Amino acid sequence: MRRLIGAVVGLALAGGIVFYVLTMPRLIGQSALPQHVADLKNGEYMFNAGGCASCHSAPAAAKCDDLKATDRRVLAGGRCLITPFGVFYMPNISPDPEAGIGGWSKIQFVNAMMRGVSPAGAHYYPAFPYTSYQRMRYEDVLDLKAYLDTLPAVSSRPPGHQLALPFRMRRGLGLWKRLYLDGKQYAAAPKADAAVKRGAYLVEGPAHCGECHTPRDLFGGKVTTARFAGGPAPEGKGYIPNITPHKSGLGGWTEKDIAEALKTGLTPSFDSFGGSMVAVQENMAKLTGKDRAAIAVYLKSLPPVASAVRAKDEKAEGAN
Amino acid sequence: MKTIARYSVVLGALAIFTTTAVAADDPIKARQELMKSVVKATKLSGQMVKGEIPFDSSAASNAMQTIAGVPDKYVTLFPVGSEKGGETEASPKIWEDMAGFKAEAEKLKMSAMKGVEAAGKGADEFKAAFGELVKSCKSCHQDYRIKKQK
Repeated sequence: MRRLIGAVVGLALAGGIVFYVLTMPRLIGQSALPQHVADLKNGEYMFNAGGCASCHSAPAAAKCDDLKATDRRVLAGGRCLITPFGVFYMPNISPDPEAGIGGWSKIQFVNAMMRGVSPAGAHYYPAFPYTSYQRMRYEDVLDLKAYLDTLPAVSSRPPGHQLALPFRMRRGLGLWKRLYLDGKQYAAAPKADAAVKRGAYLVEGPAHCGECHTPRDLFGGKVTTARFAGGPAPEGKGYIPNITPHKSGLGGWTEKDIAEALKTGLTPSFDSFGGSMVAVQENMAKLTGKDRAAIAVYLKSLPPVASAVRAKDEKAEGAN
Repeated sequence: MKTIARYSVVLGALAIFTTTAVAADDPIKARQELMKSVVKATKLSGQMVKGEIPFDSSAASNAMQTIAGVPDKYVTLFPVGSEKGGETEASPKIWEDMAGFKAEAEKLKMSAMKGVEAAGKGADEFKAAFGELVKSCKSCHQDYRIKKQK
């Protein structure tokens, strides 16, 4: 009996150790960072391309899911993202040293952005799009930090996330990251032309288009076979459009249509953008025309993927 | 002449009656039809702004008048019970915050009325006014529309 208990305890211990090791945060070392003099202008550009304000600015109305902002330079946090896993509250990323991220070193900021790890070594939830930001160039991330440091400091502290029980343990996210965070920066296909490369960098990296436009699996990871094919909104309301060149996506749009829509917020059929895409589009409107064109070229170069059949239609078919 | 006038009145009354009847029967369809008329007018205006068709002051003014005429009627077409069905893209937020929704509709009306004025002044003025109009489209759709799969 004693032996059995010993074996069980031993196994549990071994399992615990394996779990501990597998879920350890994997960090970028200080030595990986290049010598770099921050370019504030590029930092501001990355701030717009990355859509930081869309999530981290304080909501204009008292309701946390209000999509409007009174001042997109005040990154006090407090917005919420209502998902199947629970409610995520966006943190304060203003330069306040206590409530915000003003006290962070460069390498701490890089690891938050590109590895989803806090300065204290805790895993961030992937509601923060680090699986896209990991593709960024270090220089762009460092410039972004330098720009964020110039914004107004706010001392407000948003509420903590309210998640269903199994998702409250951040440690387990280490396993999730083993599946969905490959740690690779963007590397262009050698033969791609300059516009495709630039567009790919923006779409896959800072602009993190796939965070909404790629459907997610049961564990909240992106479905790699349906990249950019849209699907039910992660917040559980409505539908995110397919932005691949399939006919159920942007097949009928020209590159010019896409670039124009990102600039004005109007589709080729003169419908306007809505929902969370409004803030995204207003960020895209701040990029150069050349970059919007590059995004369009890249999107049109993606493999076309058909939109998934709407769940309602499937049900209707099932009933017949 | 008198007969024609009489006919117009009767026809006009009939048209209003029909719209009201449709609205009472099927507010979802009625509001979608109204929105289609806005899209049509936006398209005409947008094409002029983009230079795809030549700027025509009276056509631009008419388009903006069409849009300006929609919001007051539009906001009455969201009775309780019309939250779902008929491919509606209306967000539940409309019913949670009808005052906010009406304020957005008012913004559209105001920007369309400014568009009417600008149409009389010239192409550049109209372009600027059109930009403001599109902002009000987006502002309302940001909060009160939920996109469905086409």
